[in-house]
Amino acid sequence: MSEVTEPARSGKPQMKTTEATAEDLAEATAPTRFWNRHRRLGVALVAIGVLAAVVFGSVARSATARFTLGVQNTGLALPIDGKVGAIVFGLITALCGGALLAGVARRWQGTLLGVGIVAFVLSFLCWQVAGQYMSLVDIANNTLVIALPLILGALAGVLGERSGVVNVAIEGQFLMGAFAAALVGTMASSVWAGLVSAALGGLLIAALLAVLAIRFLVDQVVVGIVLNLLALGITGFLYERLMQPDAASYNEPPRMPTWQVPGLSDIPVIGPVLFNSNFLVWLALILVVVVHFGLTRTRWGLRTRAVGEHPTAADTVGIRVRGLRYANVLVGGLIAGFGGAYFTLIGAGSFTKNMTSGAGFIALAALIFGRWTPLGALGAALFFGFAQNLPYALSTYNSSVPSQFLNMLPYVATIIAVAGLVGRVRAPAADGQPYAKS
Amino acid sequence: MANDHIDITVEPGEVHALLGENGAGKSTLMNQLYGLLQPDEGEILVDGEPRVFRSPRDAIAAGIGMVHQHFMLVPVFTVAENIALGAEETKGGPLGWLDRRRNRRDVLETSQRYGLPVDPDALVEDLPVGAQQRVEIVKALTRDVDLLILDEPTAVLTPQETEELLAVMRGLTESGKSIVFITHKLKEVKAIADRITVIRRGKTVGTASPDTPEDELAALMVGRAVSLEIDKTDAEAGRDVLTVSGLVVEDDRGVRAVDGVDLVVRAGEVLGIAGVQGNGQTELVEAIMGLREALAGSVTLDHEDLTSMRTKQILRSGVGYVPEDRSLDGVVKEFTVAENLVLDQYDRPPYGNAFSLNPAAIATAADERVEQFDIRTSSAEATVGTLSGGNQQKVVVAREMSRPLRLFIAAQPTRGVDVGSIEFIHGRIMHERDIGTAVLVISSELDEVVGLADRIAVMYSGKILAIVPPDTPREELGLLMAGITRDPS
Repeated sequence: MSEVTEPARSGKPQMKTTEATAEDLAEATAPTRFWNRHRRLGVALVAIGVLAAVVFGSVARSATARFTLGVQNTGLALPIDGKVGAIVFGLITALCGGALLAGVARRWQGTLLGVGIVAFVLSFLCWQVAGQYMSLVDIANNTLVIALPLILGALAGVLGERSGVVNVAIEGQFLMGAFAAALVGTMASSVWAGLVSAALGGLLIAALLAVLAIRFLVDQVVVGIVLNLLALGITGFLYERLMQPDAASYNEPPRMPTWQVPGLSDIPVIGPVLFNSNFLVWLALILVVVVHFGLTRTRWGLRTRAVGEHPTAADTVGIRVRGLRYANVLVGGLIAGFGGAYFTLIGAGSFTKNMTSGAGFIALAALIFGRWTPLGALGAALFFGFAQNLPYALSTYNSSVPSQFLNMLPYVATIIAVAGLVGRVRAPAADGQPYAKS
Repeated sequence: MANDHIDITVEPGEVHALLGENGAGKSTLMNQLYGLLQPDEGEILVDGEPRVFRSPRDAIAAGIGMVHQHFMLVPVFTVAENIALGAEETKGGPLGWLDRRRNRRDVLETSQRYGLPVDPDALVEDLPVGAQQRVEIVKALTRDVDLLILDEPTAVLTPQETEELLAVMRGLTESGKSIVFITHKLKEVKAIADRITVIRRGKTVGTASPDTPEDELAALMVGRAVSLEIDKTDAEAGRDVLTVSGLVVEDDRGVRAVDGVDLVVRAGEVLGIAGVQGNGQTELVEAIMGLREALAGSVTLDHEDLTSMRTKQILRSGVGYVPEDRSLDGVVKEFTVAENLVLDQYDRPPYGNAFSLNPAAIATAADERVEQFDIRTSSAEATVGTLSGGNQQKVVVAREMSRPLRLFIAAQPTRGVDVGSIEFIHGRIMHERDIGTAVLVISSELDEVVGLADRIAVMYSGKILAIVPPDTPREELGLLMAGITRDPS
């Protein structure tokens, strides 16, 4: 074999030629575009950083803002002067922007952007909290709780979309899950029965999505929207006809108990947040890790990604494209159903019509913001959770910022996150494309 | 019906060439052998045993491997991941934890055994097509195939890479493997095949031995005598019509695809751009046509700046354009032939105005064009989607040649076009040159560029490496296409 290929390959050197690759050739005359995305973001960061330093700094009271590590205004705390903090963190934001503007190595750009935004938020908080205290544990706790359904929903989206099925029906799966959890949880007076039914409710919507999208090749976005409307209609109807007249027997599910892990729950900040919590929080975090390693390290993950990127290639090496898509969408449905259980078993305590109010779509945004990865989705969900929690957290501070503005924050954050920060990301190449054998 | 009662037998250790025009049914036939399509009638025997292939899994199990014309590789995966896919080595039992080390080792082993160098850790999207093809072959070989199907493997290769591939094929047959080699290129068939089966319109029209003369094979393939040469007189080049200087263009991923290109196309000459697909030709043409932003440099048509014009203005200022992807950019398949013929002028008299169309004028003009350009269609009212590739392309050419032209740009003008239509389209392009239009032809088929062009610009990695006369030796053109220049620059 080798002696056959040898002459062909050794043919080149005999030609007395010089290899000229693209790099060796003279650099082209034109410069790269100066105002690239990171420079533009840098300008924006400098602008908001200076704004924070000047505006927040000048209006902030020069009094100590205490960020406590416990729930009360006692114990360990990070004290900082409100005025100084507002100015310093504003300047840090501006500095990060300046570094982006000056042009740093590509791998530092994301970090700088993140630090800049966090510093801006801190500057704002220093101004608001000056002279008072803010419990970091409370913030972390509430952020995690609000983010909980978003994490699960985005994870469901990751499973579907990495294998090429767009899941716009997360909202519908949430609603179905929330409804099933309330109904079965009340009737069986068991929170666990409620949780399992929630997963089955999500599975039901997922099964419809899978059959219509994979078997009948209907446009996946259209199917998703229709399923959301279907879930809204069914649960709304049953709520009015069944639950409202007799709430005690149909719509008073038991609450999910809070469990305390002995020992671990005494760790500052992390302890009360993670180890004095409920089953669903743990489930969500464990699922994030499981899906992360599953996607990157296992045969299932490799095949799932192949099916989402290039289904024909997967088919030609003997992978059952549709089967794998079915499996992933259905498992995603179970997970989104768990997310739905949050609303009735943890959040509101009972079902009301359209109670998810768009959380499924925020989960979808978290999925995109998180670049279709489980860990990214977790980070994005926490970010959105934080933004949603902030208005509540600040409402006790007699803030000079009108509450309407604060209530806008989560949505502004979502728009900025998805449109501005994500920029051009690559979705799985075959995302949303039905696979039909020709 | 794509295949009509075809019989074919492949012996162990032979290269069996399957020769036929585009659309003759070669790929359809092989997709049945590979389990991607199910035959309505007939049977497949492997080592004398009848087998049914419901999916590629069955075909792989029977020892059949296939390298598809469009590579079946996941661009964002590494080479090792692509090769392992579907036959992964795992540890940890039911968890299916990937054993990356073993997967890597398998790749290296096969790669060394057959002398096909691949880097297991490279991302496929970063590899040149020649290397991707090696990955495809290694992928098939790791699955222990006895029969390897290569579907148009040389379409994307430089002449040197083609030579290497043929050598690899010889090596494989020596180690006892059989190869089905699908192609429409006669030279390669003659160079490598042990036996040739010719297919036309879904039927076997004959078998031939490799010493059959080329024109006989061509006649068998097309069904009539064809001339393989393009009649070309010397060009009488006039003024500079299109001038491109210092052009820089990015592709969709933001990578600089055209990297400082300077070109001049003169009236009455054909400038051909040769090069392996994906070296910036697409972006160059799109930038000239105003379909893609030029980051730097200038494009002028008789000293008018084109970069600031919209595509419609560029077309109206006397540029004809045959886009490389016919079905995406060339025609609207759901529209009729007549409608497609006036896509550029529907809002101008006599075809219409800003408010309405003039169906009578459109129909008359369409009938004329159908006649003039030999478009084989049941009527001008048939939708373009029902036409063959060659006739669809004639619709595009007819439309683009219906305006008074100063410049005619044809990108891959005969891709997926039957031999008869190729002859016709080449004739029209030469005619356009002879009446004094400046012509720019971009093709990844070297034969086409050499046949049409008066000067050949070789494009590699976004740059024009050299501009050479068409009688330059093939070997030298091939080296240029691989980015190798004779003189150190």
